[in-house]
Amino acid sequence: MTNAINTDLFNLDGTLNIERIREDFPILYQEVNGKPLVYFDNAATTQKPLQVVEALTAYYLNDNANIHRGIHTLAERATAGFEATRDAVKTFINANEREEIIFTRGTTEGINLVAATWGATNLKEGDEIVLSAMEHHSNMVPWHMLAQRTKAVVKILPMNDAGELLTEAFDTIITPKTKLVSCVHVSNTLGSINPVKELIAKAHAVGAVAMIDGAQAVSHLDIDVQDLNADFYAFSAHKLYGPTGVGVLYGKRALLEAMPPYQGGGEMISDVSYESCTYNELPYKFEAGTPNIADVVAFKAAIDYVHSIGKPTIRAYEHELLDYAVSKLKDIEGIRLIGTAKNKVSVQSFVFSDIHHQDLAIILDKEGVAIRTGHHCTQPLMGRLGLTGTSRASFAFYNTKEEIDQFIAAIYKAIKLFR
Amino acid sequence: MATINEIQDQIIDDFNLFDEWDEKYAYIIDLGKKLQGIDPKYKIEENIIKGCQSLVWMTSNYQDGIVHYQGESDAIIVKGLVALLLKVLSDQPAEDIAKSDMYFIDKIGMQQHLSMTRSNGLASMVKQMKMHALAYQSTQA
Ligand SMILES: Cc1ncc(COP(=O)(O)O)c(C=O)c1O
Repeated sequence: MTNAINTDLFNLDGTLNIERIREDFPILYQEVNGKPLVYFDNAATTQKPLQVVEALTAYYLNDNANIHRGIHTLAERATAGFEATRDAVKTFINANEREEIIFTRGTTEGINLVAATWGATNLKEGDEIVLSAMEHHSNMVPWHMLAQRTKAVVKILPMNDAGELLTEAFDTIITPKTKLVSCVHVSNTLGSINPVKELIAKAHAVGAVAMIDGAQAVSHLDIDVQDLNADFYAFSAHKLYGPTGVGVLYGKRALLEAMPPYQGGGEMISDVSYESCTYNELPYKFEAGTPNIADVVAFKAAIDYVHSIGKPTIRAYEHELLDYAVSKLKDIEGIRLIGTAKNKVSVQSFVFSDIHHQDLAIILDKEGVAIRTGHHCTQPLMGRLGLTGTSRASFAFYNTKEEIDQFIAAIYKAIKLFR
Repeated sequence: MATINEIQDQIIDDFNLFDEWDEKYAYIIDLGKKLQGIDPKYKIEENIIKGCQSLVWMTSNYQDGIVHYQGESDAIIVKGLVALLLKVLSDQPAEDIAKSDMYFIDKIGMQQHLSMTRSNGLASMVKQMKMHALAYQSTQA
């Protein structure tokens, strides 16, 4: 059973054997500008374990064929691999049925799909779409576009300065006019874990549909879409140690059944004549054309890898890293930590009043340290915080405290250069 | 007045004295700190060279065939790079600027700052400066 914990990755005392885990991520063993690479840009994309790379290679070396249509052996193997990932995703997020798992290109496409299909048929002038103050542009722009088309209105759930949504405001913002609430589960800029279960319940209480942007949540938290009672949940494989170009849109069957297709083409139809066509059943109705078969197949290896460590273990270790980093960052003169929610994942933004984030990133890169700087595709949030950008370090289970030491030393070096 | 290429060669010689990357950056940061900012009245939308990470303002005027540039950035390394470009291209004939080749950037090891991912990289600044020069040239012709 590939889902089992892999004891090989643990020490005898039950802690993670990070040295052993890092062997599965050969990309980490390199020098950048003569320094050991420290990769702290995991919220942008995670690195891929050998198992994923090998699955991708094996697919092309042994099984490549187009899926669902062929009667020959390779086509059957390719189809089986593709559909095995659907089953793995279903288990991973505890969906009720495999037909509720739709493969997309990523979180962005999943949200656009819902906006274009559910949105176009369910929204009218004056209806309200509720988003949060910390949305990624991916969960903002599709709704703005939809609002422009339908003359619906976008409303924003406020947050406090620590980066926590104000739950007491839910009832004033979410009203019977609300038709859709779409919210980020974990903020990519602040790391905040939002109370989405409560939010979804509020949405349902007024008869609205609730969508969750899970891009940053899936690698850190156990996701149970049934327990959350989410109507739609979107995420990307590449932020979950899987390949780029693959995403998942979960949707409740009844909603998906009622939605018109997103794109037309092969795969998504059952019968086509010169005059008309009937659509295929779920999930194929939303998977027009030849999908990204190889990357979907390889994505299963990423899910299995995460299972082989276990999310609670991952989260506990990442928290240790976050606490360690914060304890060191706090002591740096002139720093301000951005995103200090009580409930958060291993992401830390910060700013200096006298050092531009771009300058810092240039020097950190010289020291081998990869962080992300800028607005992190959350410009409205930057406006809310009165900032033009932040520096952000985000940690994964293959990172170490020694790397945090190198990161902190690099910041001190930068400070010496700039001040 | 030294020509564009004489100034480039001088900068390359200066940078050859540095052994370590941090000495180069310390020098560029120093240039950035010393660069006289752009007159606030020119810090307007039209003069911004847009990028994701930092802001660069560039403006110029033209007198007797010579282009004078002013530039600034809110990030200090970029501001230092702006200072280098001003050293090379400001107060030069429009014609020379338009046909200049900025080979010094490569030679002093700053080619990474040319690229597109370093938004408002040197490449877009140089392009903007040449556009100014070309525009002045055409008014003269
Ligand atoms: C919170 C959040 N939502 C959406 C996205 C978009 O994901 P993708 O670019 O994979 O579609 C990201 C990625 O940066 C993200 O962090």
